[in-house]
Amino acid sequence: MNWNQKLSPRVKSIPPSGIRRFFDLVSEMSGVISLGVGEPDFVTPWHIREACIYSLEKGYTMYTSNYGLPQLREAIAQDIYKNYKVKYEPKNEVLVTVGVSEAMDLALRAVLDSGDEALIPEPCFVSYSPSTVLAGGVPVAIPTTLENEFRVTAAQIENAITPKTKVLILSYPNNPTGATITREELVEIAKVVEKHDLIVISDEIYDKLTYEGCHTCFSSLSGMRDRTILLNGFSKAYAMTGWRIGYAAGHHEIIAAMTKIHQYAMLCAPVMAQMAALEALTNGEEEMRRMVEHYDRRRRLVLKGFAEIGLDCFEPKGAFYAFPSIKKTGLTSAEFAERLLKEAKVAVVPGDVFGANGEGHIRCSYAASVENLSEAIERIGKFLKNIT
Amino acid sequence: MEETKKQILEILQGNSRLQPAQIAAMLNIETAQVEKLIKELEDEKIIVKYHTIINWEKVTDDKVTAFIEVRVTPERGVGFDTVAERIYRFPEVKTVYLMSGGFDLAVLIEGKTMKEVALFVATKLATLDHVQSTATHFVLKTYKQQGVIFEDKEADRRLVVSP
Repeated sequence: MNWNQKLSPRVKSIPPSGIRRFFDLVSEMSGVISLGVGEPDFVTPWHIREACIYSLEKGYTMYTSNYGLPQLREAIAQDIYKNYKVKYEPKNEVLVTVGVSEAMDLALRAVLDSGDEALIPEPCFVSYSPSTVLAGGVPVAIPTTLENEFRVTAAQIENAITPKTKVLILSYPNNPTGATITREELVEIAKVVEKHDLIVISDEIYDKLTYEGCHTCFSSLSGMRDRTILLNGFSKAYAMTGWRIGYAAGHHEIIAAMTKIHQYAMLCAPVMAQMAALEALTNGEEEMRRMVEHYDRRRRLVLKGFAEIGLDCFEPKGAFYAFPSIKKTGLTSAEFAERLLKEAKVAVVPGDVFGANGEGHIRCSYAASVENLSEAIERIGKFLKNIT
Repeated sequence: MEETKKQILEILQGNSRLQPAQIAAMLNIETAQVEKLIKELEDEKIIVKYHTIINWEKVTDDKVTAFIEVRVTPERGVGFDTVAERIYRFPEVKTVYLMSGGFDLAVLIEGKTMKEVALFVATKLATLDHVQSTATHFVLKTYKQQGVIFEDKEADRRLVVSP
């Protein structure tokens, strides 16, 4: 049986995540300080876990409706309205998903037809391009620039548009760069979206982790609510990565289409994760703000530390990542990351994992203790001295 | 300025071993300013002491803690303060609070043995003027102290690298 010949060419064409290689490397070593983790170092706040435990004790172990628990959808719609003044009908315009990853997959599969193009500003989360391919679409990378602090511009988007362009993916605050984007810039992008009749898939999973200025929800811009599939979740703001719980909000026709796929694949998001998410939205704001304060303090510590050791880094204003440039060392991102790991025992993720224009950078997560961050900065400093 | 002091206090309460330079970086201010503010907080007795939380159960069996409810007759003109001071100056006394509710002073005492603690209560505490009665509760096990869980099973279980 020759499996290689039988596998879908689409599946064969997508490379395994570049993250995996580094995971394997780091896992074999001891004494490593990892700045390579894309999830909070906090455990989910106790009251959220307790709500799940209580719901299990009460026997909440069944399926829910495909769309998700009505009370959770109601809470999601209220949260969006409270923060961004966009109204979604909980009954048919909110879909609870198994994380934002599933929501992105559903959105792409629901709208892309063979050969349709999805514009993807890079560097970006590792799954956008492969998910586009798996949905039958063509990913079109838009390289954002360090000079513009990795924000995509309306002009860049317009320049990338062809007759086959159907979708624009936006992801701010951004993984891996930590970049945020202003309302003014988004307004200009919205004009291009309207002009070219595009669908926007906006991944705003880090919205609450915004340290300067206010986050602007793309759906809240004039004319954009019905063009946008808004994706968000609980993984980052509430430290609920392993719960696999997120949502999509959008026009009822697109949500119905996504739910068709969802119902035949997932059926529903796990009920215990939904009960926990409901508790997060109902009572979780104080704990969430406490965690955000911690991230912001570490952000400042990391930026100052990098400046002191001569590691060039623009100021990230969101998420929990810094994306310094290592170009002056002359090494590639992968070389730098591998040597840093072996010679200094600090794990970071090479920037090229997140897109071709991530080359020359490394992603450093500051979801780590102050002690570990301080030690890592010191080690990186010594490493830089040794190699230059 | 008051907001900055408050943030410094929050940070130090969580980890008093942090250096001024680290705190300065976290708050985006100058190290010299952090040092100055910490000095002020110490002088104002807002920062009373730098303390380490120790799980003594792992070190020795020769340590007993008891929680004493003390009912007192307050002294005319000075209320509870004088009798509280007479109590809190004993080295065996680790913590004293003035309480609302069913008793007046909550007193935490440490000694080597239950007998030693019981004798202290009987001969030093109960015999004080103004002390009407005492009730002694021995601590069997400490789970959490000053916001710190002693046997926290929540280790960092994250994958070492993730997207």
